[in-house]
Formats: sequence, structure tokens, C-alpha cells
Amino acid sequence: MTKITYVDHSGKAREVEAENGATVMETALRNAVPGIEAECGGACACATCHVYVDAGWIDKLPKQEKMEEDMLDFAFDVQPNSRLSCQIKVTSALDGLRVTTPAKQG
Amino acid sequence: MDARDGDHRQGNNMTDIIKTDAVIVGAGPVGLFAVFELGLLDIHAHLIDILPKPGGQCAELYPEKPIYDIPGFPTISGQGIVDNLMKQIEPFHPTFHFNEQVEGLEVLGTPEAPLFRVTTDGGQVFEAKVVIIAAGGGSFQPKRPPVPGIEEYEGKSVFYAVRKMETFRGKRVLLVGGGDSALDWTLNLQPIAERVTLMHRRDDFRAAPHSVNGMRELVAAGKMDLIIGQMTALKGDNGELSAVACKDNANQTFDVACDAMMPFFGLTMKLGPIAHWGLNLHENLLPVDTAKFETNAPGIFAVGDINTYPGKLKLILSGFHEVALAAQKAHRYVYPDKKLLFQYTTSSTNLQKKLGVA
Ligand SMILES: Cc1cc2nc3c(=O)[nH]c(=O)nc-3n(C[C@H](O)[C@H](O)[C@H](O)COP(=O)(O)OP(=O)(O)OC[C@H]3O[C@@H](n4cnc5c(N)ncnc54)[C@H](O)[C@@H]3O)c2cc1C
Ligand code: FES
Repeated sequence: MTKITYVDHSGKAREVEAENGATVMETALRNAVPGIEAECGGACACATCHVYVDAGWIDKLPKQEKMEEDMLDFAFDVQPNSRLSCQIKVTSALDGLRVTTPAKQG
Repeated sequence: MDARDGDHRQGNNMTDIIKTDAVIVGAGPVGLFAVFELGLLDIHAHLIDILPKPGGQCAELYPEKPIYDIPGFPTISGQGIVDNLMKQIEPFHPTFHFNEQVEGLEVLGTPEAPLFRVTTDGGQVFEAKVVIIAAGGGSFQPKRPPVPGIEEYEGKSVFYAVRKMETFRGKRVLLVGGGDSALDWTLNLQPIAERVTLMHRRDDFRAAPHSVNGMRELVAAGKMDLIIGQMTALKGDNGELSAVACKDNANQTFDVACDAMMPFFGLTMKLGPIAHWGLNLHENLLPVDTAKFETNAPGIFAVGDINTYPGKLKLILSGFHEVALAAQKAHRYVYPDKKLLFQYTTSSTNLQKKLGVA
């Protein structure tokens, strides 16, 4: 079982069980985790699924593609550990992943 | 993909009233197919969309993604279905009004003989016997950066679109973004502004290479500034900017002095003016009955993602079904004295004539 922890802007953490093959965005929506809007439903066309990946995890995630890097231009307060959660697929290797959601998705 | 934020519109002074059978609010897939179903019943339509092109979510959010649940098409892309719909409705010569947001909807007629006045932010006025609201998830509008207090500056010194170039003459203008809109306006405003500054979070631009090159040449010639960074706060009084507080990628903070700022962060869907048309709303959706897809106001229909009813699914195929039924009721309003005959396009010469195939 893969566990993912979502920390909201105020610091409140929610740990949920994720299904392998789903995305980190879908996992949040399915578990009613707030802080992710996903207006485009995962099409990498809205940047409202922006998360900050905890230090230590960023290098373990599959590299971001150019499309994701480009779409991050539409997010706010982008940091080196910024990712679009709809572009991260859950695998067993991600067990224990922690991400933080921004105060506002814009 | 962001050369589309409705920022190319120019103010117009069209005061001539356009009289028509039907006005369709929204040119998404459902609004487009409404043209077809209305057209078969001799109802002519004008479509209005705030986007510069047809297709709504399909064209704007997922043009290249495959859709697998359009009946009869095992797979078709978002743009593919829009292109096909445009071809399918061609025989009915719909009139498109792009880059315009429908602002006002006023009832002029009676429930038995409805008549409506529809107005757009571009100053266009329509008089229509029926109104079909196919507004989907709402108007696509520029995203507002989550910078505290930005609302106060909007329209005074923060702009999401250029209505009149003159507004920027002699001003210090900061443009933020890395796509076509940001680059195009940087190049267009550079000659008339006192100074333009382009800020982007990385030194890599999505915009067309020739505009990126044009920008880099101006920077090299000392005629404008390029800053790599992000905005954090606005400074100024009474909605007039004096500077934008920024930080660079090493989190060093600095201010960019400016009189005007234009952020380009893509589009988002907002219900918009529909909320003020006096229609019943349920969680930002328009409740309709499932026989006619009419709202609580006779003559105003709601189809596609914008409506709600027991069992509603936000699918394109549901929207297609809805417009077929709405058109039947619309016919009663547009042609109160004509009796409607149910006909198939395969066998009715009458329908085939309208389609230009008989
Ligand atoms: C990523 C993604 C994948 C999808 N996949 C599928 C799928 O596989 N199958 C499926 O059936 N559906 C799918 N959908 C849903 C489908 O796209 C929608 O159901 C469909 O687009 C709804 O069409 P519509 O015409 O009702 O509204 P929209 O497509 O939302 O179009 C509405 C239009 O109205 C305009 N508008 C709104 N208000 C105003 C106003 N006041 N003035 C001017 N213009 C206005 C908007 O700008 C917009 O262009 C998907 C959606 C997304 C985001
Ligand atoms: S859900 Fe829209 S970009 Fe991720």
C-alpha cells in the first residue's frame, strides 16, 4: 500500500492511501483532500494542482516533462520543488511521499 | 497556447441592434451542436463567446487529448470534434461573435411570446426570441494572481487585456508571463510606453520564437528590461501602482517601479454575469426540466455543463441530447403558428435541402 501525506498551507497533514497508477492529484480528490482544484481534470492545462514536494522526494519522482514545466508558468510562487500533481503517477516507490499545497491555487 | 486570453479585443461602438431568432451564449461543443438542431427547425442563431475561437473546454483545455465516448467515434481529439461540429453546422450559416462576453440578458416580451435583449461587453446588442445558455463551466477569464489587494488595482493600473493602447502611453509598464500574450504585448507596448519590463519566472519562454527573439533584441539594445523573478506584493495608493515587489529565484527581494502591470497567467472558468440575470441558480448551475431544458424563465434554455437536473452527467453526449429537445420547444416560440413534424435527416428531403444535400 502506498501512503501519501498532503500538508495544507496551515500545516495540517492528511495521510491517505493511494492506488498505484492513479495520480497524486486524483488521489487527493478521491480522498477529499483540500487545496487542489484540478480545474482541467488532469490535462496539464490549468496549473491548479500545484504542490510543493518535500525535500528528499524531489529527486525520487519521475522527471517533469516540458509540458509540465511550461504549465508551471501559470502557477504562482513557483519553487524548485514545485510540481503539478496531475503529472505524478503513484507507484510503490512513492510510499511515504509528502507534498504541501499552496495557500491559493490562483 | 495562451494567445487566447481575449486580450485582442478592441472597443467597438456598434449600436445597431441585431435581430435574430436565437442567441446562443457560449460556443463550446454543446452551443455548436445547438446551431444544428435549431437550424433543422429553421431557427437562425448567433453565437457569442469570450474566447477568440469555437470549442469551449475541448479546444481550450484538451485539444490534443483523445475522447472515447462520443457515440459513433471510437476516438476523436478535443479539437477534432470541434472541427467536425464546425463543418456539420456550416449549412446553417451561424454568425459568430468572438472575444465578447455576454453581460446582460433582459426580458422584453411575455412568457407566451418571449423576446430578449442580450448585450455584450463589446457594446453589441441583440434582440432574440429565444436564448440558449450553453455557457459550460462559465466564461474563460484571465487568472487573477493571488497577490493581496490586487482587486483594488484592477482596471486602474492592473490590466488583463489591452483595450486601448493609449492607456499605456508614457507609462512604465510591467508585463508578467512567458507565453504569447505576454510577449506580444511587450513588443506592442514597447514603442509607446515610457519603459516596458518583462518579468518571467525562468529564462525560457513558451511564446513563438520570433517574438522571443524580438524581445531579446530590444533588451540587448537597452530599449526594455527583462527580469527573471516572480511578484509577491503590490505597492501604491488608491489603486494606482507605484511598484511591484518581487523576488528572484534565490529568494532575493527587489521592487520594480511601474505605473501599470499586466499579469498573464492563463485562463480560468468563472460563472460571470449569468449570476445576475435573475435566473434560478443551484450551486452555480441552472436548474432545468428534462423535457425542454428550459430554465425558470420561458424562452431561456440552458444546455450542456451549465445546467443541472436529477441524474445530470457533464458529458458532451448529454449536451447533444439536450439541445435536440430544447430546439423543439424553441420552435414553438419562434414559429408559434407552425406545426412541427418529426423528421429524419436520412429520409426527409425538406431537412436535406436545409443541409444542402438534396
Ligand atoms: C480534461 C477534460 C477532459 C474531458 N473529457 C471528456 C470526455 O472524454 N467525454 C465527454 O463527454 N466530456 C469530457 N469532458 C467534458 C466536456 O469537455 C464538457 O462536458 C463540454 O465541454 C461541455 O460543453 P459546453 O458546450 O456545455 O461548455 P464549454 O465547453 O465549457 O463551453 C462553454 C463556452 O461558453 C463560454 N461562455 C460562458 N459564459 C459566457 C458569457 N457570459 N459570455 C460569453 N461566453 C461565455 C465559455 O468561454 C466557453 O467557451 C472533459 C473535460 C475536461 C476538462
Ligand atoms: S489538473 Fe490541471 S494541470 Fe493538473
